Amino acid sequence: MSGLQARLRLAREDFALDVDFSAAARGVTALFGASGSGKTTVLRCISGLSRAPSGFVSFDGECWQDDTRFVPPHRRACGYVFQESSLFPHLSVRRNLEYGWRRVPPGQRRLAFDNTVELLGVGPLLERSAPSLSGGERQRVAMARALLASPRLLLMDEPLASLDEARKGEILYYIERLRDELALPIIYVSHSIEEVVRLADRVVRLAQGKVLEAGPVSGLLDGGSVIDTRVAHHDLKWSLTRLEFPGGAFYAPDVDALVGERVRVRIRARDVSLALSAPRDASFLNVLAGVVTALSEQRGASVDVRLDVAGTPLLARVTRKSVAALGLAPGRRAYALIKSVAIDRPSVGYA
Amino acid sequence: MRFKLAVLVLAFAATGAAAESVQVAVAANFAGTARMLAEQFAGQGGQRLELSSGSTGKFYAQIKNGAPFDVFLSADEATPLRLESEKLAIAGSRFTYAIGRLVLWSAQPGLVDERGEVLRKGRFNRLAIANPKLAPYGAAAQETLEKLGLWGELRPKLVQGENIAQTFQFVSSGNAELGLVALSQIRDAGKPPSGSYWLVPAPLHAPLRQDAVLLARAERNPAAQAFLAYLRSGPARALIRAYGYE
Amino acid sequence: MSNELAAVWLTARLAAMTTMLLLVVGTPIAWWLARTRSRLKGAIGAVVALPLVLPPTVLGFYLLVLMGPAGPVGALTQSLGLGLLPFTFSGLVVASVIYSLPFVVQPLQAAFEGIGERPVEVAATLHADPWDRFFTIVVPLARPGFVAATVLGFAHTVGEFGVVLMIGGNIPGATKVLSVALYDHVEALEYMQAHWLAGGMLIFSFVVLLAVYGRTWKPR
Repeated sequence: MSGLQARLRLAREDFALDVDFSAAARGVTALFGASGSGKTTVLRCISGLSRAPSGFVSFDGECWQDDTRFVPPHRRACGYVFQESSLFPHLSVRRNLEYGWRRVPPGQRRLAFDNTVELLGVGPLLERSAPSLSGGERQRVAMARALLASPRLLLMDEPLASLDEARKGEILYYIERLRDELALPIIYVSHSIEEVVRLADRVVRLAQGKVLEAGPVSGLLDGGSVIDTRVAHHDLKWSLTRLEFPGGAFYAPDVDALVGERVRVRIRARDVSLALSAPRDASFLNVLAGVVTALSEQRGASVDVRLDVAGTPLLARVTRKSVAALGLAPGRRAYALIKSVAIDRPSVGYA
Repeated sequence: MRFKLAVLVLAFAATGAAAESVQVAVAANFAGTARMLAEQFAGQGGQRLELSSGSTGKFYAQIKNGAPFDVFLSADEATPLRLESEKLAIAGSRFTYAIGRLVLWSAQPGLVDERGEVLRKGRFNRLAIANPKLAPYGAAAQETLEKLGLWGELRPKLVQGENIAQTFQFVSSGNAELGLVALSQIRDAGKPPSGSYWLVPAPLHAPLRQDAVLLARAERNPAAQAFLAYLRSGPARALIRAYGYE
Repeated sequence: MSNELAAVWLTARLAAMTTMLLLVVGTPIAWWLARTRSRLKGAIGAVVALPLVLPPTVLGFYLLVLMGPAGPVGALTQSLGLGLLPFTFSGLVVASVIYSLPFVVQPLQAAFEGIGERPVEVAATLHADPWDRFFTIVVPLARPGFVAATVLGFAHTVGEFGVVLMIGGNIPGATKVLSVALYDHVEALEYMQAHWLAGGMLIFSFVVLLAVYGRTWKPR
């Protein structure tokens, strides 16, 4: 079996975990859920830092834990990036990076030192002392350090949580580079839907120590849709970028990507309005034609309507009153109206 | 009237002072005996005695620095003499209340023979003595060994207690097979001593005179003086002898 | 004066030996105390701290009894062919280790607790085995704790007196250490020599403590 298999069960005084999931041998799998849902505990059990009394963990057919065996963390080929950077304060950046690297025999190293340093842009920091770095710099060094230990699986525990917004953007960019340039499966823990949408291919949703659902990131997430697009054109006059996908095209404000590059966009359900005909004199730049496939439970004020836009799922959150007024039901044709300005920077990332 | 009141107050103050107990500093080796004496003294209508036991050297330093003792029962002659010459003790109050005896003792029955020949046979690893520089019993032990002509030969086997009480502990715990300790330490009045012992003949060392002295502070303390008088009395002397002193 | 020099040299040897052993014995105890969630933690911590409360001569008396021919430790050392420990240099070392243990364990424990789990866990995910983690991460990060423990352990052994008095037997060159020599002078009313020794010890202690506290309380 390739990829990760994890079956973990543990009970503490105030918390019980009982999960069973797998993660693909490539791409990013997000462990997504509110704080206290057990994400970090799962990650710790995968790495061997914690031990679920009853559990089974295997990666690429190599058993890390079962009833009779428990491979200690230092013998598991998995890297770990912690929430806060946790650089060794007594060592320089270079010695931090070399810590794991030197503990892998040269023949088994999967990445070259210089390439990794370059990939994460930490070259200029090498001779600095760890405590003198900024938060973003530390996190980049921590990622490079984890990679240089030659993991076959990278675990990341909310690596952006301790950073401000500007730094988050910077680090997200580097994580995307890792994902795209290294053939390294990543398990990414987060409670931020934006991060999950930008980075993940698959999502495992956790709540109160249990798996709620697991599957591809598109169509799975509450409150939004994820569309993989291609940059078609930059409209410099209006500072807009035209993004195309099989179901049509839409404009987003100034996407930071080259023409032809693939970009993933998250569209929140509440930013999508529905109409039975395409409006001609409204401010919406984006009008996508689709068919209603499903409606969420008809209770309270709002209803989530699922559309199929030429094979791409799209979620719209509208009032129950509008559903009744428009007579929305599965099979009905409808137009999705999306404000371009609703597609803000955190919603766009490299696919 | 006013005069009478003043006298009354003075009288009260005087009896109040007299009713205060007598503070007695006792050399450690005599502490047990002193406790019996205090009981007997109180039983005869004397004042209550507050006993503090410790090393003679420490008491000297404390008395010199104003420690509140009325009577000092020293482990030697020299210290009371010194206190007297320094006007810290009442001239003429000094007398010998006990003469200690040295014994060669072992906690093992049968190890010490009746003539102390065990010292010459040398079948032991450790001989405990008190520090000759600090403790009169230590000085007596050294003198004894010198007179026996064994000092040089036994020196490598010597272990020294800081005082005679510690020396006794070395022997009683078995860490030293033999020790030169005070007869009073192995004698519990009325019971035969445990282990085996040889009473070192008195001519082998200078007598271990222990002198008592009335301290300057007790010049007007009749209770303290009464205790010293009691110490010379027949019943007190009998008790002291029963505990291994002469 | 050569007696004094012998006492100084003996004291230095005793303190150095004791400190080395204390670090070897105290480090795992401190590590365990810093990390364990066992219910025994309180009890073990209290036992380690006991020498702080017990009067030294009392501790010395019990060591004398335990290590004597009738005591369990004495029986053990004799059956191992080591003889009895009281009145020997080794006996002093053993007693000093017990007596100075809290002065080494407590600063180390505080240092280990201050490091926290995280750096050790990070090292584990970077393929460092437990010993490797300890020597490459914990020891350097706990350096101030090790310095404090070493200096306090050494200084406290130098100043130790009651226990040595009880189990030493005052043998020049083997068990007559500086503090005992000092005590002898005081007891013998040789106040001049006592002042010299006491002054020397005071200056030594002050320098040592200044080195430790000047180091750990350096303003950042």
